[in-house]
Amino acid sequence: MSRLVVSLIGPVSSVQDGGRHGAQRYGLTPSGAMERLALATANTLVDNPPFAAAVEIGPFGAAFTARHGAVRVALSGGLRAADIAGRAVAMDTSMTIADGETLTLGFTRSGTFSYLAIEGGIPGEPMFGSLSVNARAGLGSPYPRPLQAGDEFKTSPASGTQERRIELPARAGGPIRVVLGPQDDEFDDDAKAILLGSDWKISPTSDRMGYRLEGPLIKHLHGHNIVSDGTVDGSIQVPGNGVPIVLMPDRGTTGGYPKIATVITADLGRLAQTTAGTAFRFKAISMAEAQEETRKFTRLIRALPDRLRAIDRMELNMEALGDANVAGSAVSAIDAVTWHAEADILTPD
Amino acid sequence: MAAKLPTPRLLPSGDTAVTVEFSRNIDEAANERVLALDRALSETPIEGVTETVPTYRSLLVHYDPVRIGFDAIGGRLLALAQQPSPPREKVRRWRVPVAYGSENGSDLEDVAKTLHTTPEDIVARHVAGSYRVAMIGFTPGWSYLSGLEKFLHMPRRQDPRLLTPAGTISIGGVQTGIQCLAGPSGWHLLGRTAVRTFQLHRDPIFLLEPGDRVTFFAVDAKTFAEQDRAAEAGEIVAELMAA
Repeated sequence: MSRLVVSLIGPVSSVQDGGRHGAQRYGLTPSGAMERLALATANTLVDNPPFAAAVEIGPFGAAFTARHGAVRVALSGGLRAADIAGRAVAMDTSMTIADGETLTLGFTRSGTFSYLAIEGGIPGEPMFGSLSVNARAGLGSPYPRPLQAGDEFKTSPASGTQERRIELPARAGGPIRVVLGPQDDEFDDDAKAILLGSDWKISPTSDRMGYRLEGPLIKHLHGHNIVSDGTVDGSIQVPGNGVPIVLMPDRGTTGGYPKIATVITADLGRLAQTTAGTAFRFKAISMAEAQEETRKFTRLIRALPDRLRAIDRMELNMEALGDANVAGSAVSAIDAVTWHAEADILTPD
Repeated sequence: MAAKLPTPRLLPSGDTAVTVEFSRNIDEAANERVLALDRALSETPIEGVTETVPTYRSLLVHYDPVRIGFDAIGGRLLALAQQPSPPREKVRRWRVPVAYGSENGSDLEDVAKTLHTTPEDIVARHVAGSYRVAMIGFTPGWSYLSGLEKFLHMPRRQDPRLLTPAGTISIGGVQTGIQCLAGPSGWHLLGRTAVRTFQLHRDPIFLLEPGDRVTFFAVDAKTFAEQDRAAEAGEIVAELMAA
């Protein structure tokens, strides 16, 4: 049995998969990967099911060492420099870490979360069908908490399959698309115009529960308390202080602030990867358009295996060199001092 | 012959969920209809529905838009909401022990002062109530109970606390609640129970269901400590009353 040992890890790094569904009626939030497409991409590269558990790595550096045999992995999501024992390796490729060698990852150059999938998956005991870490509820496997140096994953020895890259469609740019509602009638036309017509930035006090938005304040029509109702990933709730918060996978399952709009499924990962300080806009689309985008997104994920291409070592190095040379060092959405418990996300109603 | 029921509102909650809203307010009749629609959906499943979240006044229905679109599911849900509700299974009634006041309920004295009465009177009123689990939400096992007597209705705290103890029994607005995990709260803390509404590695993991009935009874701090040890070891501690 090989082992992948976490030799260096920053905060906000944990095992995540497609999420824990079916117990939201008991207050158990689904959790799951912040960017599903990147999770699926990394998994596909090593022949895992798309939403199998992988290591979600926050914006800081990390290192993983193979022990007792070689380990085959793949890396996708937030762009960062990566090397195995000093040899540069590329994002969106599979790679084999030889026994005793270390995969070293730099800070994210763009994006916030990267995904490291391990061939054969992460062994653990699913709870409600998921290994995803939900630290507050003490859930997650093999570790019910964010990762720490010294943690390790048992894995089957690397298959020796030829390494692959994946040809992804060009990343969508443009505004983050939303569907208005469920409580858009708690806001007047001016408030909606502010949401849809302003530049927004992700606040550094954001986390896996919610992304707080910096920009103009949004006013309510009838006050900020509604009787609690259910939330979804992407709900844009507006608490009393008028600062909108986009609810993310570790959200509370219910909330008592009006939700003006909801980010569409296909754009939620893109929002999750938007770094603090990067200006973006929202755009409202119809439900029919949003659901067509979700269907396209689902088809893209299902068809990821068709996009795999064999690579030889020379090609790998060229791509890796490209990734390592991306200019600038973006400031991340997730500050080192994260988990700012603030009442507007965190109190029951 | 049932009178025609008011039609609920369908509120889009993104592209993978729809809120079926029966009322904007906390309303027993609306909550009955929420729970009835939830039961109807479990007995007559709609293809594509992945899970449901009942709340005081609405049912959030999560679905897979690859399998069913918004218009189709909306039509099905509205039709289901208008049908007579299926007979309810036997209602479960729980008795939940609470250690009120002092270190277990740090707001009891203040609540009594604010309401111009004694802590003993607050406890007497709180244990006299018969409550219904209207919804479970926010964090695992956080059970929102309806049926709090009007005298005990109080606005939430101006400054929510960032950390309140596991098992806290509190009041906020027109509600009382059982909080399972330690966490933030803006409610007024009356006491603590050893009962875990959520406990991993216990069968059942979640003790209460929306629609269950709950009453409280007072225990002393020593009993609470004993019960807490038993509950930690996996005992349910709450008493399920014979129907």
